[in-house]
Order: sequence, then C-alpha cells, then structure tokens
Amino acid sequence: MEQFPRRLLTVVTEAVLERDLVAELESLGVRGYTITDARGKGSRGRRHSDWAQEGNIRVEIVCEPSLAERVAARLRERYYDHYAMILFMQDVSVLRPDKF
Amino acid sequence: MPQLDPVIWFFVLGVLAGAARADLRLPAAIYEFVSTVLLLAIGLKGGVELARDPGGLPFAELGGILLLGFFLPLPAFALARFVGRLPRADAASLAAHYGSVSVGTFAVVMGYLATRGITFESRAPVWVVMLEVPAILVGIVLARGLSGNVAWSHLLRELFLGRSIVLLLGGLAIGWLAGPEGTPSIQPLFFDLFKGVLALFLLEMGLIAAGQLPTLRRHGLFIIAYGIAVPLAFALAGAGLGNLLGLSLGGVTVLATLAASASYIAAPAAFRTAVPEANPALSLTAALAVTFPFNIVIGIPLYERIAAALAG
Repeated sequence: MEQFPRRLLTVVTEAVLERDLVAELESLGVRGYTITDARGKGSRGRRHSDWAQEGNIRVEIVCEPSLAERVAARLRERYYDHYAMILFMQDVSVLRPDKF
Repeated sequence: MPQLDPVIWFFVLGVLAGAARADLRLPAAIYEFVSTVLLLAIGLKGGVELARDPGGLPFAELGGILLLGFFLPLPAFALARFVGRLPRADAASLAAHYGSVSVGTFAVVMGYLATRGITFESRAPVWVVMLEVPAILVGIVLARGLSGNVAWSHLLRELFLGRSIVLLLGGLAIGWLAGPEGTPSIQPLFFDLFKGVLALFLLEMGLIAAGQLPTLRRHGLFIIAYGIAVPLAFALAGAGLGNLLGLSLGGVTVLATLAASASYIAAPAAFRTAVPEANPALSLTAALAVTFPFNIVIGIPLYERIAAALAG
C-alpha cells in the first residue's frame, strides 16, 4: 500500500480562541482540521474542561510540511505572547494525498 | 442564623466540595444546559408578564439604565488603577467585569423575591440586556483608547449575539408571543423547576468559585476589598437610580443587585480576545470567588433593605 508523507500539527490552546483560530487556519489555506476539548496543566496553571471559560482545545491539522510551517509561524507570532498555547509537529503518513 | 434560601446551600456545598477536592465534577454539557434553561426561563417569565400587562417599555427608564451601564466602569477603573495601582489593562478589565452584570445573580434575586412574595417589573430581563454590553465596550476603550486597534465589528457581533442576550431576548419574545394562555405546556420545565435548576447551577458555580481560590490567595487583600466595596457602592447607585425612575420595591432591589453584580461570562470572553494582555485570572477570580458569593449570601438581602429604606 502506497503511503505519502505529511506533517501532523497539533495545537493545544484556550477554548476561547476557537473561532478566531479556525478563521486564521482557513485564511492560511488549511482545508481540514479536528478539534477536541482538552484539559491539562502547563506553565499557566491547570486548565479545566468542565467550564467553557477555562477550557482548552486541541486542534489537529494534517497537511503539507510547508503549510504546517506557515501555520506554526503565524500562530507563534499572533498568540504566543498572551495566550496559553503550545504546538508540536510530527511526521505522519497518509493514504490519500489529495485530501491533505 | 438567618434563614438562607436552600439554593444558596447548594453553592456552599459546591465551594466546600471544590475546596476539599472532592470527587465531584459536572460535565461542561450540564453547565451549558442548566444555564440555557435558566436564561430561557428568565426571558419567558418576563415575556409572559409583559403580555399580561401591556404597559410596554418605558424608553426613559431603559435609557437611564443604559447610561448606568456606561457610567459604572469609570469609578471601577479609577479605583483599580489609582488605588489598586494595577496595570491599565487589568484595571480596565476589572471595570468591564464590574460594570457588566451576572445573570446568575439575577436568577438568585428573582428566586429570593419570589420566595418573599415581592413582585418586580416584568421587564427586568430587558434591564439585564441593557446593562450587559455597555460596560464591556467602555472597558475595552479604557484599555485601548478610542483609536486602538480593536476589531470592533467582530467584537460587537460576538457581544450582541452572545448566548445570554440571544436566549434572554428569545425567551422574552416567545413568552410575549405565547402569552399566559400559551405557556402552560412549557410551565413544568421552565417555571416549576426553576428553583431546582437554579440549585444545580449554583452547585456548579460553587465548584468553579472554589477553583479560583488559589488565584485569590495570590492576589490577596486588594481583590477581596475591591470585590466587596465595588458591589456595595454600585448597589447604592443602582438603588438610587431605581428609586429616581419610580420602580417598585422589588424593582429597586433587582436594579441594585444588577448594578452590584459582576460579569463572569461575557466580559471575560470579550476581554480575552480584545485585550489579551489583561490578566484573565484577576478579574474572573474577583467576580466569581468574591463578588458572586458576597452578593448572593449577604448582598441581596441587604439591597432589599436599602430599597425599602429608600422607599421610606
């Protein structure tokens, strides 16, 4: 089975940013993403998921490495200073390259 | 010991359980559901009463209340900035939170007055709507200045299409259209269960407030003093205005409570996106862990007495 390399970009951030973030991703040309509610602890303290005000989300995007770089650069420039946000990338393989 | 409304004990239970780290957590969906039912119930109740009493909406009164919403953030800002010596963004954030209102507190004062058989103006949910947004706008201007780069159209859309405004006005419209004859079918859920739903809501609020206690310890005395002094002063302003506008005893109590209450939904969300450098924990902790409990336990009975004293 032929596999194609892509990049998986995962962003964990404040739920309050969801709408802005989605608009940002789409403007950069991201075609698909998956968002889940999340909770955890980081440098800005414990984040609960039981109240939308303080909840976190995890956004996963599978795309071309160059696009993943652009998204990461934009998010870092725009959100890192004032919001709870981390992001990381992994190499993944997909079966249908035209989707990603 | 004064007789506390049983719903308040649910809040106390939530705080104690949260502080003791008990194994108690309501899923986010429950909180959303419970607050949706409360908002709709408040709107519906007002709408039905409006349909019954075709007095309409007195524009002078609504205008006065709107002005109150624009005015309240100013002293709240000055106190935080010049007495509390907080950074400008944090002081503006506190001003927005304290100028705006808490629907949860409104639900508690509704329950409180109903238990005592004190009536108030059926249009009171409209006051909530008038008071929610202006202070947030003033707060953002205080943080940014008029020329600051704020995506106003985006922000206004978010504010006016926020859950509380949509559900309150939607409930009002449905209640008004259906009238007293039309609502018996939905009465069991929205009216009969109101206190039970409020109890669940307050249990969750107690858990959330307990979650703010570590932050409270960090910010200390100023936040506690601010979170009690501002609602007291604002309650006097609200009661004074209500008296001036010729509201009923219940109406003056409601307006005083609304002025005293601090937003913990609309203001934090708006500030988080429009003024991200403001410390979100500071305002939220003051509103949730100090002012909300103060208002529902001590404030509301006190504001009723202030209203009674003003009525002479």
